[in-house]
Amino acid sequence: MSDPVVEVSNLVFVYPNGVRGLEGVDLRVEPGERLAIIGQNGSGKSTLVRHFVGLLRATSGSVRVGGQPLGRRHVAELARTVAIAFQNPDRQIFAARVRDEVAFAPRNLGLRGAALDERVATALTAVGLEGRGDANPYDLGYSQRKLLAVASVLAMAAPVVVLDEPTTGQDARGVRRVEAIVAELAAGGTTVVAISHDMRFVADNAQRVVVMRAGRIVDDGPPEAVFSEPHWPVLGSTSLEPPLAARVGARLGLGATPTERSLVARALEATARAVSGPG
Amino acid sequence: MALTMTGVTYRYAGTTQPALADITLEIESGMVLGVVGANEAGKSTLCLLAAGLAPATIGGRIEGRVEIDGLSTVATRPSVLAQRCGILFQNAETQLSGTAATVWEEVAFGPRNLSLSLSEIVERTDWALDILGIETLGPREPGRLSGGQAQLVALAAVLAMRPAYVVLDEPTSQLDPQGTQLVGSALQRLAQETGSGMLVVEHKTDLLASIAERCIVLVDGRVVTDGSAAQVLADPRLEEWGIEPPAAVRIGRAAEAAGLQDLLLSAVSGRP
Repeated sequence: MSDPVVEVSNLVFVYPNGVRGLEGVDLRVEPGERLAIIGQNGSGKSTLVRHFVGLLRATSGSVRVGGQPLGRRHVAELARTVAIAFQNPDRQIFAARVRDEVAFAPRNLGLRGAALDERVATALTAVGLEGRGDANPYDLGYSQRKLLAVASVLAMAAPVVVLDEPTTGQDARGVRRVEAIVAELAAGGTTVVAISHDMRFVADNAQRVVVMRAGRIVDDGPPEAVFSEPHWPVLGSTSLEPPLAARVGARLGLGATPTERSLVARALEATARAVSGPG
Repeated sequence: MALTMTGVTYRYAGTTQPALADITLEIESGMVLGVVGANEAGKSTLCLLAAGLAPATIGGRIEGRVEIDGLSTVATRPSVLAQRCGILFQNAETQLSGTAATVWEEVAFGPRNLSLSLSEIVERTDWALDILGIETLGPREPGRLSGGQAQLVALAAVLAMRPAYVVLDEPTSQLDPQGTQLVGSALQRLAQETGSGMLVVEHKTDLLASIAERCIVLVDGRVVTDGSAAQVLADPRLEEWGIEPPAAVRIGRAAEAAGLQDLLLSAVSGRP
């Protein structure tokens, strides 16, 4: 097995006000995987990923990024490896022009001139904001500001991209756009970690799903396993429920059908078997 | 008694293109109206107008009339309107007062400004936290909540005002699935028990299918369809308008396309 891009071991984090965020998390994120982190509100998902880039520092336990211990490495250095688009874009956006917002990080990485312009243009095109480069970010709607935050992260071209609730506030086209971005990143070998409450998005786009409850990982596997009927009590214990496709598949005895596509495929197979008869 | 919009067209200050055009709708007491539409269709603008914040606090030009129980929103002071109509913004964190040391005080902020008795303030605050299942957050610091927790606290602060009408801009966007269901049933209970009329903007059409009586679809600032929630959310044009149909509708269609309607539809309609 190759070295993990991010590895946390027995990670405990207690906020300064005493609230316990993480209670001993072990997680290896493998290069190039599409990983989803799910779990109830306040279960520690965002707290966990903030450790990947040093925005929070472990109370105890260890965090390794790019094979090296976090140590005293600065956020600016870690951000070359892990780029995070925050859940709330308004905590991320600060520039007065969309173009400048996206250019900020790559400029800090040393890009200049035509290379910088191209990086910015590519990122804006990926999120569908190519015509809005000169707009003030706060003249964009919330869903577009979310996409702008994603563009800023894409422009960093980091090997690990973390998207915190990327589909929140997106309409059907926006969700498809986020899906296309995830697919393109993965095709280029980028590791994608997505935090989401959108179970359909998770089932359709993740290879591996990590389930969190009260600061701990309580399940970890492919969507076919995590959303299968024997695992429903675990999901329920952290305020989640399987996608409707999984519930319908289970009711019909079709096995694990986390996606609508797999549900229809399994139903067709079952029908074909029934028509061809036993033996 | 109703919140009504009649022939409303609205332009933001400094723009010529209307953000909303010729909107007519009515929300009666106890009714939940769902609003769906693609991003930038005008949903949040509709919320600002319905609650009277536009044009009163953000300017812009309005044609037509918005009335809350007969009071015109352009002729009535925002403080008076705020007692009749509450609004939850899309980004709940921008709504928190920033002045309260605890979640409990944050939720009590509105009722305290209504000059209610102390016992009434306590009763309303506890009730609002309880109905959303967040009573344990009471002693926490509002600035240190997760995104979903902040959204529930902001919603509790709106509900504690017991407004006759509530305008909610994506109230469950940050919530986990059970949190979404909890808010859905709390809103339904509120509409039935207190007679609050509600306007709910949501991308989660599954939620609207279970709580809304009526739905409208906004496309480029105009209402393109208006009817019962069941009828609107099964409209074959939803995807073309950039709206994700409810999961049961999508699965039903996929089954039909694969010639499996009888098998899958029976399972979808008898929801687990």
